[in-house]
Amino acid sequence: MSAATLLALPDAVDRALIVATQAGLPLVPRPYHELAEKLGIGADEVMQRLTRMQERGVIRRIGLVPNHYALGYTYNGMTVWNVPDERIHLLGPRLGALPFVSHCYRRPRYLPDWPYNLFAMVHGRSRAETDAQVEEIARLLGDDDRGHAVLYSTRILKKTGLRLAGRGD
Amino acid sequence: MHRSRRTETLELGTLERRLLNDFQHHLPLTPAPYAAIAEKLGTSEEAVIAALQELQGAGAVSRVGAVFRTHRVGASTLAAMAVPPEQLQQVADLVSSYDAVNHNYEREHRINLWFVATAADEKQLTQVLEDIEQRTGIAVMALPMLEDFHIDLGFDLKWT
Repeated sequence: MSAATLLALPDAVDRALIVATQAGLPLVPRPYHELAEKLGIGADEVMQRLTRMQERGVIRRIGLVPNHYALGYTYNGMTVWNVPDERIHLLGPRLGALPFVSHCYRRPRYLPDWPYNLFAMVHGRSRAETDAQVEEIARLLGDDDRGHAVLYSTRILKKTGLRLAGRGD
Repeated sequence: MHRSRRTETLELGTLERRLLNDFQHHLPLTPAPYAAIAEKLGTSEEAVIAALQELQGAGAVSRVGAVFRTHRVGASTLAAMAVPPEQLQQVADLVSSYDAVNHNYEREHRINLWFVATAADEKQLTQVLEDIEQRTGIAVMALPMLEDFHIDLGFDLKWT
């Protein structure tokens, strides 16, 4: 194990590993060994580096990455909420833990046009399903919901250069 | 086009569904991860690998691998514009033409064009947004992430 792997930022080997795994792990009995051979390092080091990048938060998770569209989750709604700044640290994690929320961020307001400071992306297979999710969030926020909006996507105009899809129906 | 296919038409088997629901995270970091999954699910390594190939081939899974926290690398922001409907296609095409723009969506709101811009650093990011403002004459609202509240447990897929 080299000293470089103890650094906080990804080093050259980490970056090479990120590039090598970007398209996915090989579906062979010993995938880490196959990566190790390509990178000219040991399989143990591959597993250690992946573990460390996960611990540092560079990698969120390792596993199956579902294609929501192919699975019928064609409705995505960007829900935006105006909540009191002093309560956002309490409310944000509650929204972020909901199973149908895929992203939950605090973002700046642009007054008076844009009063919303909390964003939560919801996913469903129908408009009715996403509408119910929005209601659930509104109930959870109660009086802290000082106004909200739901912005459904009507068209994907660009997604990593190649994706162009409508709503599915 | 596989994107418009529905769950029903993908005809996923029990093993495929369990893999999808239970292994969006914590893929074993052991020498034979698929054998470890097979043991948990009471099946064979060959069956797990075949099911993963099937899921990938059908487009239900884009890959088996790592999900990176992208904003840890370089600078990026969500940005939005209120584009008059008759100009939308033209402005959207212009925005999409930037390499720095990797997602671009039309959304139902007066502020109707939403995109994500990524650059090597803050300065270059600001330049891209200013350039878009100048060329379109429409204000760009930069909405960078200030805090991430998401607790990533993977996405809960419900089968009905």
